Amino acid sequence: MEDKLKAIAREAKICLDEASDLKKLNEIRVKYLGKKGELTKVLRGMGSLSAEERPRIGQLANSVREELEEYLERRTDELKNKELEERLSREKIDVTLPGKPCMLGKMHPLTRIQGEIEDIFTGLGFNVVEGPEIETDYYNFEALNIPKDHPARDMQDTFFTGSEVLLRTHTSPIQVRTMEAAAPRVPLKIIAPGRVYRKDDDATHSPMFHQIEGLAVDYRITFADLKGVLKVFAESMFGSETRTRFRPSYFPFTEPSAEVDISCVMCGGKGCRVCSGTGWLEVLGCGSVHPRVLEISGYDSEQYTGFAFGMGLERITMLKYGIDDLRLLFENDLRFLEQI
Amino acid sequence: MKVSYKWLQEYVDIPVSPLELADSITSAGLEVDSVAELGKEIEKVYTGKIVEISSHPNADKLIICSVNVGGENNRQIVTGADNVKENNIIPVAVEGARLAGGLKIKKTKLRGIESRGMLCSGGELGLDTESLPENQAHGIMILPSDTPVGEDARKYTGLDDAVIELELTPNRGDCLSMIGVAREVAAIYNTSLKLPGADPKSLDEYIDGKAEVIIENNELCRRYVAKLLTGVKVFSSPVWMQERLRSAGIRPINNVVDVTNYVLMELGQPLHAFDYDKLKDGKIIVRRAKEGEILQTLDGTERKMKKDMLVIADSSGPVAIAGVMGGADSEVTGDTSMVLLESAYFDPSSVRRTSNYLGLRSESSLRFEKGIDVNGCLRAAQRAAKLLQEMGACSVLAGQIDNYPEYIEEKTIPIRPSRVGYLLGKEISQDECKNILSSLQFKVQQEDEEGFLVTVPTFRPDISREVDLIEEVARIHGYDRIPQTLPSGESTEGGRTERQRIMRQLRRELVACGVYEAITYSFHSRKEFDRLRIPEDSYLRNTIKIQNPLTEEQEIMRTLMLPGVLDIVRHNYSRRNYNAAVFDTGKVFHPRDNSDLPEEREKLAAVFTGKTENAWNTASGNMDFYYVKGILEAVLNRMGVKGCSLEPAFDNMTYHPGRSAYIQVHGEKAGIIGEIHPLVLENYELDQKVTAFEFDMEVLLQYAGKKDRYIPLPKYPGTNRDLAVVVAEDILARDVFRLIRKAGGELLRDVKLFDVYKGNQVSEGCQSMAFSLKFQAADRTLTDEEVNERISSITSILQKEFDARLRS
Repeated sequence: MEDKLKAIAREAKICLDEASDLKKLNEIRVKYLGKKGELTKVLRGMGSLSAEERPRIGQLANSVREELEEYLERRTDELKNKELEERLSREKIDVTLPGKPCMLGKMHPLTRIQGEIEDIFTGLGFNVVEGPEIETDYYNFEALNIPKDHPARDMQDTFFTGSEVLLRTHTSPIQVRTMEAAAPRVPLKIIAPGRVYRKDDDATHSPMFHQIEGLAVDYRITFADLKGVLKVFAESMFGSETRTRFRPSYFPFTEPSAEVDISCVMCGGKGCRVCSGTGWLEVLGCGSVHPRVLEISGYDSEQYTGFAFGMGLERITMLKYGIDDLRLLFENDLRFLEQI
Repeated sequence: MKVSYKWLQEYVDIPVSPLELADSITSAGLEVDSVAELGKEIEKVYTGKIVEISSHPNADKLIICSVNVGGENNRQIVTGADNVKENNIIPVAVEGARLAGGLKIKKTKLRGIESRGMLCSGGELGLDTESLPENQAHGIMILPSDTPVGEDARKYTGLDDAVIELELTPNRGDCLSMIGVAREVAAIYNTSLKLPGADPKSLDEYIDGKAEVIIENNELCRRYVAKLLTGVKVFSSPVWMQERLRSAGIRPINNVVDVTNYVLMELGQPLHAFDYDKLKDGKIIVRRAKEGEILQTLDGTERKMKKDMLVIADSSGPVAIAGVMGGADSEVTGDTSMVLLESAYFDPSSVRRTSNYLGLRSESSLRFEKGIDVNGCLRAAQRAAKLLQEMGACSVLAGQIDNYPEYIEEKTIPIRPSRVGYLLGKEISQDECKNILSSLQFKVQQEDEEGFLVTVPTFRPDISREVDLIEEVARIHGYDRIPQTLPSGESTEGGRTERQRIMRQLRRELVACGVYEAITYSFHSRKEFDRLRIPEDSYLRNTIKIQNPLTEEQEIMRTLMLPGVLDIVRHNYSRRNYNAAVFDTGKVFHPRDNSDLPEEREKLAAVFTGKTENAWNTASGNMDFYYVKGILEAVLNRMGVKGCSLEPAFDNMTYHPGRSAYIQVHGEKAGIIGEIHPLVLENYELDQKVTAFEFDMEVLLQYAGKKDRYIPLPKYPGTNRDLAVVVAEDILARDVFRLIRKAGGELLRDVKLFDVYKGNQVSEGCQSMAFSLKFQAADRTLTDEEVNERISSITSILQKEFDARLRS
């Protein structure tokens, strides 16, 4: 009987070793360890054994069972691992095939840059305000210290829709409208983006384009504050290494007035084609609010001072994306909108 | 304004190079457009004398010149030029020379004859031939016969100079003159200004009785100075003057004309020279034109006057358009023996209007428009007389007629250095303020603790209040020396309005649905309304018209967004971009009865055409009505807009009558969605279906962004049931949904339509709709009986209302 048990153990192990899948293993388990299995059959014959032999053979049978169960478990694990590995290898795909196309959609570059500029200034405490695109002569010119026959009207060829009504030529009327509504409340800090129109259409001019206007009015707003705010803007917009340069200029509604150049975004100031070799790019006009404009809008110009600035959104956008043709921005060619 | 570096040195010492000068005047507010260093490229070009000319044995059109460029030996040069003669002095490029544009000269053979160099034209030396005198503009440049031979030719052609071109702001008319620029340079470098002499030697004979000046409109002509020159000889002006005029871009003509131009450039005072003998009665009458009066101007054009224009007339009629251009009849010619020299001040606005109206801009009108120095008229006339007299071109009659009815005083303005600091954010001492203003030729007086008084010379009409003086101080002090600070006052929060945030979110949501944003013009042609089949009486045709459009395509302000986006489709289609999903937001404009300004409404339009992208494992789908409606629903959902419904739009002519619907929000019409009508597509030359939606943002804005309260998640499982019903095909899905929801009651959590079928399996004229229903209660697990009860009330109401049959 002892021999028989050992033979079963030996035989079962050989079968387990030979088994190649989990199903086979289960069959072997049933055959040797099941209720009707070989081991059970042997144990049934224990009745014929002597009283001395019975515990010894019983012990032996149990250890054979344990041994086989352990062996089976090990084989099960082995085969499970093997099968998993086979499945994983079978399921291999070419991960370099393109993904399922997702309908992308993108914001127009002008909208994106406008958002960026607004974010910089709202972070500095400016509120975003808007104004009408069709304006009166008063808000577009008169209230900005540009009377009829003023030579500065030449700089802005105007579309008219009525004798005193026009398509605004700049976003500056929003300055006046905002001040009128707020006076004499301070501090006033606004940024005013919007469409503007001028009678000009060529490679570098579009009859419709966008400006962003800024205005701050308070006690003791200085020209130095204007320089500081625009320095922060230039650095946030074009990178912290960007330098700014203020050159005296002329706008009827600011005094002193300045043009602001930034170090060229392409060459860093060494001089290249984009900056015509000067190392500088003109990006905006600005100045202290002209006392007359403050007075017209209801502020005491002795007590309050302010600064204002205005920039072309197209110019900034073209610099940011390296766009060299203004017309691309309004042609809406999908190859352009999708790319950028 | 072109400024010659050499010429400028006559009025001020310049301690720096032309390029450095350009930088510093830019920093002081005179923007430099360019600096042209003339003759910079030129090498080895000498003055040479043609000793002998002989014909070329092998070519009719070539000649052989023996040229002396210094030394004993002559060199042989073959040329095709036909304007050279023996003994001419000309610029000669010898072998190894470099010309304008980098052209190099080598020894060569022309038709078998050796040629050791080249005779040069002005153009080859880089001179602007437009401003060369007639006799030098064409062919080889013939130099004056007293030019020394063998010298660097640059010295004798005005090429040893740099020309700085200024782009002046409109307030700085005073810098449209050499003296004005010199004044700035003197202030920047704190050096002194040298004014040119203006003291002609006069004859004993006086002007009195020979001429008369009558100003009829003093408000348009504040001053009129006339000088009389006699014994006038007209010839070419000296080379130095020609060179200077050329550097300013003015072509030398003859001494009289040149001197008036020279003084215009030098002092900024336009002058005009009349042939005195052609002025009837020696009379100058400054008056408004008579309507329809005709004058032939110097450029040969007949000009018809309007009555608000100012003219200069003699007793018989107009002889010049004041401040703009002289008349041809009284022009100075070779026969002129007496000249009446005009130096006047004309009203800037009047000159501006006249020159705009005539479309005639001259160096004179440009300066009058910006305002010249009324107190500088006499000086300029004297200066011109002196120049002509010194070149032996005339004698000057003593005295002048100076009709100056109302003397214009210099303004006096107080300035407080404390205010300078307050405005600039940097303290600038009283002394420095005074120094700066004095260096700009302002007179400083009456100093006290507060500040001082400044007298503003009349050549600076742009200075009228304290802040103008502060700007002068700031720009000469240097903007770069003002610190950079941040505003120190009360802090402000900053941010966007609710409306702006919603508009931004809307764009983002559309982009998230795969739609590209476009930006189109706010104006278009009125023809667009016909293309879109907008009815004749539609309010959309009531537009704001642009009175002076650039083109017919931009003649009206849009009242709807569709033309812009359809144009995008057309544009892209023609460039073979067949698939498009784009949207555009912006304002439309409607006239208002009671207001000058129109109503501006924010609108949105989106267009879709073609297919979604296909790929190796993805079939492309049509961007059809339901695709677009899905996007619309997704966007409205994310925007938090509730209560939207679609009502079939049979009556809209722009859209397909069976495939379009009005978008309603809480019963208010907010837009339209649908396939574009085939006839409209034809009008846009599109042969591919386009689906669009348009939205009135003003309606959407009322309902967007409302936050919902959260509903707790269910704790008990729900029960799903499918239900397929067959109804007539003209029954709208919306109505079936409504009945199902009504009969399903609160327990019906969700209804989805998962199949719509028409065909063999159902009878003709019918459709099968298959719904997936989910029942769920918040407080218990539903029993089968409860669910069955709901299902049967749903089926019975569908049966009753729509004669629906259950499909098994």
